[in-house]
Amino acid sequence: MNNRITSLFQSKKKNILSVYFTAGYPALDDTTTIISELDKNGVDLIEIGIPFSDPLADGPIIQQSGQKAIHNGMTISYLFNELKDTRNHTKIPLILMGYLNPILQFGVKAFCETCSRIGIDGLIIPDLPPDYYKLHFQDLFKEHNLCNIMLITPQTDDDRIKEIDSLSSGFIYMVSTNSITGANKTLEQQLPYFERVAKMKLKNPTLVGFGIHDRQTYQIATKYSNGAIIGSAFIKALKKSNLLDKPISDFVGRVGR
Amino acid sequence: MSTFKISKDGFYGEYGGAFIPEMLHHNIKELQENYLQIINSESFQQEFATLLQDYVGRPTPLYFSQNLSEHYQTNIYLKREDLNHTGAHKINNTIGQILLAKQLGKKHIIAETGAGQHGVATATACALANMPCTIFMGEVDIKRQAPNVKKMELLGAKVVTAMSGSKTLKDATNEAIRAWINDPVETHYIIGSVVGPHPYPDMVAQFQSVISKEIKEQLKSKTGKENPDYIIACVGGGSNAIGAFYHFIDNGFTKLIAVEAAGLGLDSGKTAASITLGKKGIIHGSMTYLMQTDDGQIVEPHSISAGLDYPGVGPVHAYLNDTGKAAVTSVTDHEAMKAALFLSKTEGIIPALESAHALAYLEKIKFKPQEIVIINLSGRGDKDMATYQNYLENE
Ligand SMILES: Cc1ncc(COP(=O)(O)O)c(C=O)c1O
Repeated sequence: MNNRITSLFQSKKKNILSVYFTAGYPALDDTTTIISELDKNGVDLIEIGIPFSDPLADGPIIQQSGQKAIHNGMTISYLFNELKDTRNHTKIPLILMGYLNPILQFGVKAFCETCSRIGIDGLIIPDLPPDYYKLHFQDLFKEHNLCNIMLITPQTDDDRIKEIDSLSSGFIYMVSTNSITGANKTLEQQLPYFERVAKMKLKNPTLVGFGIHDRQTYQIATKYSNGAIIGSAFIKALKKSNLLDKPISDFVGRVGR
Repeated sequence: MSTFKISKDGFYGEYGGAFIPEMLHHNIKELQENYLQIINSESFQQEFATLLQDYVGRPTPLYFSQNLSEHYQTNIYLKREDLNHTGAHKINNTIGQILLAKQLGKKHIIAETGAGQHGVATATACALANMPCTIFMGEVDIKRQAPNVKKMELLGAKVVTAMSGSKTLKDATNEAIRAWINDPVETHYIIGSVVGPHPYPDMVAQFQSVISKEIKEQLKSKTGKENPDYIIACVGGGSNAIGAFYHFIDNGFTKLIAVEAAGLGLDSGKTAASITLGKKGIIHGSMTYLMQTDDGQIVEPHSISAGLDYPGVGPVHAYLNDTGKAAVTSVTDHEAMKAALFLSKTEGIIPALESAHALAYLEKIKFKPQEIVIINLSGRGDKDMATYQNYLENE
């Protein structure tokens, strides 16, 4: 079955830019505007964050955007409703990224069905362990043509990277450093790790994320990978709901490529 | 130490597991693969037992409470965890974990704390082991448990204010986990209850199981019977309760009563009764009951006692509840407060507000005159003096 993420990586091997933002931030109904602005400005892939009260892997910026979004009224049902006509307007690959608990409460089956119906292409669930994925998610993901995008970190050993590669589709999310999102650790010293993973010749492409915030960090991150993911730095650029177009085009321009 | 039925992947039935982001996998796996071997080794057991005896002050007495027994017309014993060094059961766990951290070659300790009892017990163990430690505590709790903050600092700990979310225990735990992600190689995280990803629930339960081991021996020598009719304990995360239940779980005789904090009342919206009111889900890496909205956002609990003010509960208690091996009940802030004042006046023991929840259960059922009832008095009330005074002034 054709999947927009898989197709993207078939046609483009380098310098992919994926942008993460939190649904419901700055304002509840900004999701579709942000998607179309990112699309217009040449971003390749979009990760839409489902806000969670207790995001263990996230730094202050994503935490605060999530809190604001929950306060604004964002829920999975609301998001699905907001996105229901998106596929009439854009072909850009869309990923939902969220913690496991809200998805469990929504119902895993209904969640996957709805994702597929509205044109979501992949999922990143950072606290879903591979074993649990195999038991309770894998069949549903396959049935609904959803890519399972899993994380690896500098601490992940080669055997586990291979296992994660075998369970993943779309791409592998390479966490750049030992850190939560939005960290400012230097990336240069991570080059051996980036190179080590590149040499493993995984079946999936790789995107590097966490701490990528400008042209320079983007370039280091993409030296050995297929592209990079920007989250916190982008969210920081979004201040006012009624002024989204200019900050978004400025931001994407600053990263360059 | 025996292992209480946990599957290879750390599940009690469907509860538990390790739902953690990949960033923590390496650390958690290191613990999973090593904890049993380390804590079951003879040298560890010996060092642990010696420290519990000479440093912590164990065994703690099993005290036959004459006055309470007369009042309630039954036989009530208090397991005096309040007499431990630092004033609560929490130190049983921190001594165990600091020895484990040393074995693993860790150089730095982090921990979360709500009431500050676990923070003080961690800072104490770290001072003893000469390891630097950082304690995360919510901004709200720092204000309401100020004396414990001072104690931790005196013991050499660095106390970091958790400013995220609702700024209490749940958020202090989030911050500790985030700090661990940021520094995974040399740091050990000493979690304070039977919560968090596998192997913490089982490991902490094993360290606390010394409580029921002693109860069994002490009761036998006092009464000739080793199994009481009831064991009653309060449940925040559930570490003192599982410690007190551990060696009685499968005897088919003893009724195990877990008392949650109802806060202002079960239907008040301000409560911490996670098993009674919660739904199954994931909190801090563990599948268990937790208080959450229909959308799966974790709800901030309320209890007058900071140590029970947690929206989840250890997975072992979710399992004991579902299988009927333990009974879960709850008492309100007000009932706990009355029980605390009553014990102070009748026995000359000022209990921690947490432990007062277990005492308050005595009002709830009529025990038979020949029955033996054990209350796990998990801690002393020094830290709660401001709350008690406040209550008395407003009465
Ligand atoms: C005295 C005392 N009892 C009980 C608790 C609750 O924890 P747990 O349920 O893990 O025993 C605390 C926590 O701070 C405490 O200080």
